[in-house]
Amino acid sequence: MPGQSVGAVQSQRAHFDEPLHLRSGGVLPAYDLVYETYGTLNAAKSNAILVCHALSGHHHVAGHYADQPDNVGWWDNIIGPGRPLDTDRFFIVGLNNLGGCHGSTGPSSINPATGKPWGASFPIVAVNDWVHAQARLADRLGIDSWAAVVGGSLGGMQALRWSITFPERVRNAVVIAAAPKLSAQNIAFNDVARQAILTDPDFHGGDYYEHNTRPVRGLRLARMLGHITYLSDDQMGEKFGRELRNSAFSFGFDVEFEVESYLRYQGDKFAGYFDANTYLLMTKALDYFDPSREDNGNLTATLARTRANFLIASFTTDWRFTPARSKEIVSALLANHRNVSYAEINLNFGHDSFLMEDAHYHGVVDAYLRNIKL
Amino acid sequence: MTHTLGRADFDVIAGWVKPGHRVLDLGCGDGTLLKHLIETRGVHGVGVEIDDANILAAIRNGINIVQGNLEKGLDEFADQAFDHVVLSRTLQTVRHTEGVLQEMLRVGREAVVSFPNFAYWKNLRSVLDGRMPVSEDLPYEWYDSPNVRFFTLLDFEALCDKMGLIIRERHVLDEQGNRVHSSESRDVNFLGSLAVYRLSRNR
Repeated sequence: MPGQSVGAVQSQRAHFDEPLHLRSGGVLPAYDLVYETYGTLNAAKSNAILVCHALSGHHHVAGHYADQPDNVGWWDNIIGPGRPLDTDRFFIVGLNNLGGCHGSTGPSSINPATGKPWGASFPIVAVNDWVHAQARLADRLGIDSWAAVVGGSLGGMQALRWSITFPERVRNAVVIAAAPKLSAQNIAFNDVARQAILTDPDFHGGDYYEHNTRPVRGLRLARMLGHITYLSDDQMGEKFGRELRNSAFSFGFDVEFEVESYLRYQGDKFAGYFDANTYLLMTKALDYFDPSREDNGNLTATLARTRANFLIASFTTDWRFTPARSKEIVSALLANHRNVSYAEINLNFGHDSFLMEDAHYHGVVDAYLRNIKL
Repeated sequence: MTHTLGRADFDVIAGWVKPGHRVLDLGCGDGTLLKHLIETRGVHGVGVEIDDANILAAIRNGINIVQGNLEKGLDEFADQAFDHVVLSRTLQTVRHTEGVLQEMLRVGREAVVSFPNFAYWKNLRSVLDGRMPVSEDLPYEWYDSPNVRFFTLLDFEALCDKMGLIIRERHVLDEQGNRVHSSESRDVNFLGSLAVYRLSRNR
């Protein structure tokens, strides 16, 4: 793919004093959002794109930090001069959502009221709460309406939610590898992941910070399980097959198959930096996501409130949010006579395909975004 | 005679749609017809395509396009969501002929179908000479043709009759894209290279 990285970037912090009333009934009296921007906001402030992150993402979407050249943003391959989210044309904003563990206010932040980490007392946040918080950041940046809100997976759900909650503030929504709501199977996987964390003796009811420990074992298991659902069966077969680390069976429970080694490595790596309470919150936000609930499950009625144009994309090997789930969104938009295009992209990386660099996939996003009039 | 974008049936179809109409184009390619109808006739258009390169080209053209296989039905579209459902030079490439026609008239008020007529005299002569026809409207060699159904104007009309579909209009063109003027179906079947039909069903 042509184009370059945005290069060295810096993160910024915005503090908000106005209380945020949450869907769960909780209130955040004040909060911080960390964010990054790439490119230049034009004089008309009409070229801004919001990139929403998925379960484990954050504000460092593209580029690297000057003092950490290896710390590359999680979606660097799609953002930069000449890339689909073209920073020569667009002003890109990425932030860490509330409840996160990368700098925005979350369970591991200090609650000013107690002087201790929020821990278990951090309120449950919903996708719509994130959208409201993101809207306040947009206000702060002087952005009345986004040229586009873009996201994959849980990020795509935020893009969809934006188009419903603030129809006049989103001109285009790019919803990738998402679903209009989770299936029973999706929720089941999330609950097993949560149970792994909640039953870890080091969890301490969510207040493990005070015990100077972390539920690493539970978080590791949660990530291992999640990781399986992000990959496709084919890809795992191709990558690992039944390869053994040693040539013969050892008839024990240590790492034997390469796939075990890979999953344990991924689990350990993730458990080393991610916050377990954030993981719980993010999975609950996924489970609760269902904008059609306001209309008794009638997604067509819900999407009647949208005004944006839409690009919906799914991946053939994604069994977490299958193409059929994206088509539910497409169908409801078509029924409302919205401008919508849908691409079903043939990529072998399962749900994680949305993060991959692929000429056709990126070409589709590029073609769509290039047609946006600023 | 020159034709818009080199496809004579496009002009016929453009003449049948009205501003504000909702048009679904099945197998829309890069969206050329829809773009033409949007720009010249002010319709609201949506295309369906299976091919990746066409999806990309249509998005570049600024067309609403939905990737899918029309052989598998049009589940994402509601009943009677469109004024016209167009199937331009594609019917001969689908296997589920009746299913596709049924779906077209489920999601649309009218179906517009164009297809090459295998009974066109030059095609017949070619077969009599011992070779499968290759022409303006049948531009493929037998070994690389996407066509899987070989039928004539009269065959198609017999199927419409069997399915209870009403032929509202028939526009038959010769190889140069000029209209064949004759009321005799047998003559038209012999002289026409490309047929364009407007269909509906009784409700």
